[in-house]
Amino acid sequence: MTLIDLANPTRFLSLTTRLLPWLAAATAMLLAIGLYQSAMAPDDYQQGATVKIMFIHVPNAWLAMFVWGVMSLAALGTLVWRHPLADVAAKAAAPIGAAFTFLALVTGSLWGRPMWGTYWEWDARLTSVLILFLMYLGLIALWRAVEDPSRAARAAAILTLVGAINLPIIKFSVDWWNTLHQPASVMRMGGPSLDRAYLIPLLVMAVAFSLLFVTLHLAAMRNEILRRRVRALQLIQVAQASRRSA
Amino acid sequence: MSLGPYASFIVASYLLVAAVVVLLIVWIGIDYRRQKRRLGELEAGGAVRRSGRSTTDMK
Repeated sequence: MTLIDLANPTRFLSLTTRLLPWLAAATAMLLAIGLYQSAMAPDDYQQGATVKIMFIHVPNAWLAMFVWGVMSLAALGTLVWRHPLADVAAKAAAPIGAAFTFLALVTGSLWGRPMWGTYWEWDARLTSVLILFLMYLGLIALWRAVEDPSRAARAAAILTLVGAINLPIIKFSVDWWNTLHQPASVMRMGGPSLDRAYLIPLLVMAVAFSLLFVTLHLAAMRNEILRRRVRALQLIQVAQASRRSA
Repeated sequence: MSLGPYASFIVASYLLVAAVVVLLIVWIGIDYRRQKRRLGELEAGGAVRRSGRSTTDMK
């Protein structure tokens, strides 16, 4: 099966049906390993046991941005190549991305209270991630507000690409402005500054959450394809009914 | 495993993540069943795709 074949929704559905059980099993296994390693990780000399929040906060924060990146690629697919699955991919990813962003914000807040003494600070990193969350909600609202999927697709694609400007702002906000949030400690010049005792569980959890996203995304794309078939059939039924009554 | 004085923050974080992930899985599962059921009803009502294939065809 080639990439061109995947442009066919029916072939995509067939592949998804075969892949999903394996992806779900791999996700569950890796999550179990990651959670065990997170539980066994030693307390940090400064943060104590609250360092364990990092193992769920950081993967969710990475995915919050990664999912928007995936949606931006899909937006290019919609606007430039008019790929039949591009808008399906973007629309299916948005609620999942919103959920990851929400979790990044709330777990960050729950980590911030004992470490910084506050749940929230209007600094560059926290505010730019909150804006990302609001943009996710805006996109979901746009898809719901416009009934014609092709019109909604183009508007959503443009909004997604404009919103992608926020991704480098989030990433480099801790370098460009003074902020309570710590600077990058994994994806940085000179390699990760984290000790292996924390780095390995964090990377396992990051891969597990990424697999979780892929699994949920494929399942949500399958739903969206079926939803569009429902709409197409309903339109056919309405057309047939109006022809009969004319 | 002792979680120290901030155990409630740690436990709340993990429970919240678990709850949202379970919610996502359940929501996507319910949505799948709903779409399949609606397609089945439309097909039973005589609606046919332009290709003539079954609406729930995944092969």
